[in-house]
Amino acid sequence: MQITLHLNGATHDLDLDPRTTLLDALRHHLGMTGTKKGCDHGQCGACTVLMDGRRINACLTLACMAQDARITTIEGLGSPDRLSPLQQQFLDHDGFQCGYCTPGQICSATAMLEEIEAGWPSHVSENLDGPFELSHAEIAERMSGNLCRCAAYANIVAAIRQAAGTTGWREDAA
Amino acid sequence: MTRHLRVDGPNHDDRLDHMAQGILGQPLNRLEGPLKVTGLAAYAAEARPMNMVYGVLVQASVPAGKVLEVGDAPGALAVIHDKRMVRYAAQGMDQKGPTSGPDQIEYMGQAIALVVAESFETARHAAQNIAVRYKTASVPVEPEAVKPELPPKKQSAAGNVDKAMQDAAVTVDRVWQTPSHMSAAMEPHAAIAEWDGDHVTIRAALQMLSSNRKQMADALGIKEQNLRLLSPYVGGGFGSKLGINAEAVAAAIAAKKLGRPVMVAMTRQQVFDLAHRRSETRQRIRLACDSDGRLTGIGHEVLVSNLPSSEFVEPVAQATPFTYQAAHRQVVHAVARIHRGCAGSVRAPGEAVGVTVFECAMDELAEATGIDPVELRLRNIPDVEPTTDRPFSSHKLAEALREGARLFGWSNRKPAGQRVEGEWMIGMGMAAAVRVNMLVESRARVTLNQDGHAIVETDMTDIGTGTYTILGQLAAEMLGLPMERVEVRLGDTNFPPASGSGGSFGAASSGNSVYLACEEIRSQIARAMSCDEVDLTLQDGMARAGNVARPLSDLIDGQISGEGHLQPGKTEKSHRQATWGSHWAEVAVNRWTGEVRVRRMMGVFACGRVLNEKTARSQCLGGMTFGIGIALTEAMEHDPRDGHAVSRDLAEYHIPTHADVPALEVHFLPERDAYVGPLQAKGLGELGICGAGAAVLNAVHNACGVRVRQLPATPDKIVAGLED
Repeated sequence: MQITLHLNGATHDLDLDPRTTLLDALRHHLGMTGTKKGCDHGQCGACTVLMDGRRINACLTLACMAQDARITTIEGLGSPDRLSPLQQQFLDHDGFQCGYCTPGQICSATAMLEEIEAGWPSHVSENLDGPFELSHAEIAERMSGNLCRCAAYANIVAAIRQAAGTTGWREDAA
Repeated sequence: MTRHLRVDGPNHDDRLDHMAQGILGQPLNRLEGPLKVTGLAAYAAEARPMNMVYGVLVQASVPAGKVLEVGDAPGALAVIHDKRMVRYAAQGMDQKGPTSGPDQIEYMGQAIALVVAESFETARHAAQNIAVRYKTASVPVEPEAVKPELPPKKQSAAGNVDKAMQDAAVTVDRVWQTPSHMSAAMEPHAAIAEWDGDHVTIRAALQMLSSNRKQMADALGIKEQNLRLLSPYVGGGFGSKLGINAEAVAAAIAAKKLGRPVMVAMTRQQVFDLAHRRSETRQRIRLACDSDGRLTGIGHEVLVSNLPSSEFVEPVAQATPFTYQAAHRQVVHAVARIHRGCAGSVRAPGEAVGVTVFECAMDELAEATGIDPVELRLRNIPDVEPTTDRPFSSHKLAEALREGARLFGWSNRKPAGQRVEGEWMIGMGMAAAVRVNMLVESRARVTLNQDGHAIVETDMTDIGTGTYTILGQLAAEMLGLPMERVEVRLGDTNFPPASGSGGSFGAASSGNSVYLACEEIRSQIARAMSCDEVDLTLQDGMARAGNVARPLSDLIDGQISGEGHLQPGKTEKSHRQATWGSHWAEVAVNRWTGEVRVRRMMGVFACGRVLNEKTARSQCLGGMTFGIGIALTEAMEHDPRDGHAVSRDLAEYHIPTHADVPALEVHFLPERDAYVGPLQAKGLGELGICGAGAAVLNAVHNACGVRVRQLPATPDKIVAGLED
């Protein structure tokens, strides 16, 4: 079927098998392999992209569902000589090792900070209305859909807090 | 010119401490980091050669027997059903391909065919719907259901542990169980194979290219020189990519048959079925000590499992013979030959579960003797390796224990069950960390161009370990270049063969080869400067000797290059080599739900020279987090009827996620180990996991008084313990 994808500011016309996921459309048909396939079942978060600004699992989204939406992938957030603030902090804090979950972590964190800004509470938030402190627990809770087997978690949370301009926090336990 | 070194004796030169550039050891960002954070680093399945088609593996749906017929796949280009396809992955460093012949089924989920189609969607649909006829056989799948083998080389004994137990003032005699574990690297195994005449290039997710090349050439029945492997970026390994596996072999066979490039990527579920699992273990530990807590007897009896045709035996008690002193000792490794998926190396094979359980036993002994757990360990540290009287190459356990206790605030620990905050019971636990150390033969080539730009080439891999960065730092340090003037090329069998990434030996082995290559280049520069190499100072592109200083560009005609070749030697026999450390954890246990929250966790590690403080720390974070998983969440459950992995995806096999992991703390003890080559560096990738789970489990006991000996300590088991 004919599908038009609005991807990172460009428009792509594709002729795809209707079963094609957004993830496979990106990886197999557009050669945009920054978005990773870790489980294909929405369990790991490696394929996280932004759809109209919200984070979604590209593996659980058929490409045809993205018709007319604005999709942003890791390639749309920055490039090696022009890193986004989060990309820079992931680099500086060693918020990755093998790097395979990293694009998903960064896309997820990008949208997550906007969710906090928009006043969306999480399971660990002190209240439902905000504002929310960017504590370790708050970030870790909101990022828990993104697995990292190298376990850069401690560094990822530090990177996100730094990018959000909230360093020097003392960790509240449990 | 090749500079060769066999590590036959100590090296006390500390040469790297006297280099001038000041780069080695610095916490620099990863060289390839900008590519990884922007999604531009291309992993195995991330190339698109012209005319590429997609393959999906078909798996056996019976645990044992024979494939009688593989049906058609409407819409597909081909069904590849070839006797060269492998039944399971090669073990790390195997020199030959794994057992081939997919029609003989050894476990449920074994790859038996490959469906290839123009599109991934078509291939997947056809593979899922293909009809296969079997002749099934009945086989054992439970380790306790068979009489185990006792491989002679895996047993050891001295004195009489039974008698030591009878005569002891205090004893512990308990049985622990750990389930199968899966590496679960984030990148599923994948390969793209492309032929050019008799020559095939396979882009794959592999950790050890030099031995992988031998395995693959053997599996395909081709000459090694007709095979090129590429693994420039590997999305995690943890043992699962040590040896070639079904997807890469099938891709190569299919690509030849179809005359087109073929991509095969495992699904996540296939990774759980086809990558090596860490064997489940049953461990009986007996400890006997006198009234001062000095051990007199140590028994460690282990039952693990594997397929009848696989030689690998999880070396659970590997560190038991040399960690603590005792006159009477016994180690038993029994192997149940059953038909679960193939067992092999998963991060720190042996110690990951062996040290973890042993350190839980030591905590029980501390409780039984009334001696502080740190003090109990300090009283039992041997001066030389107990079973052989060999000296240790270095030994930092006592320092790691004392330093850790101080840094963690161990003196604030209360007796079990006495610290309560609302519905949370709080406890602290600790454990020793120990992992055997080894070097593996490794080669590298370094080229220095006249413009002062150096290139490091080796078929070593970076699986997230920081190899690009540390090898770059080493070359920059040795050749006196700023980091931006060094380029590191890895993961290509066209480069000199390296140790590969495994067993924590990668950094030291490949690092020493780069050191040697650079030493060769330094010698050539020294000749041009008419000085001895040891009198040469290289810094910021300048060469200095005495009061002569010249830019490198004046000394190089075109380019100079050197190869380094490291081999392990006599020191691996003359000295017990190990890395040491200590783990510390503070947990909160919910009195109603049994939920465990890790509040604080800290590790103190001694691994010889630290090559990059940032990437080294990250390695430890990863190991410690694996420890949280072993203690609290990870279990690969097998169906008792057919042995297949039930928890075979990331929703069912629970690796720790963000919310499970606090801001971990890592400290390194300064150390130079003289017996491991001129780099004086040892392994680190696995030390962080060895014993980490025990610190968590011991903290759980200190919090609430419950000992869970059937890991992981999930809430149901803790609640059951609280009710007792």
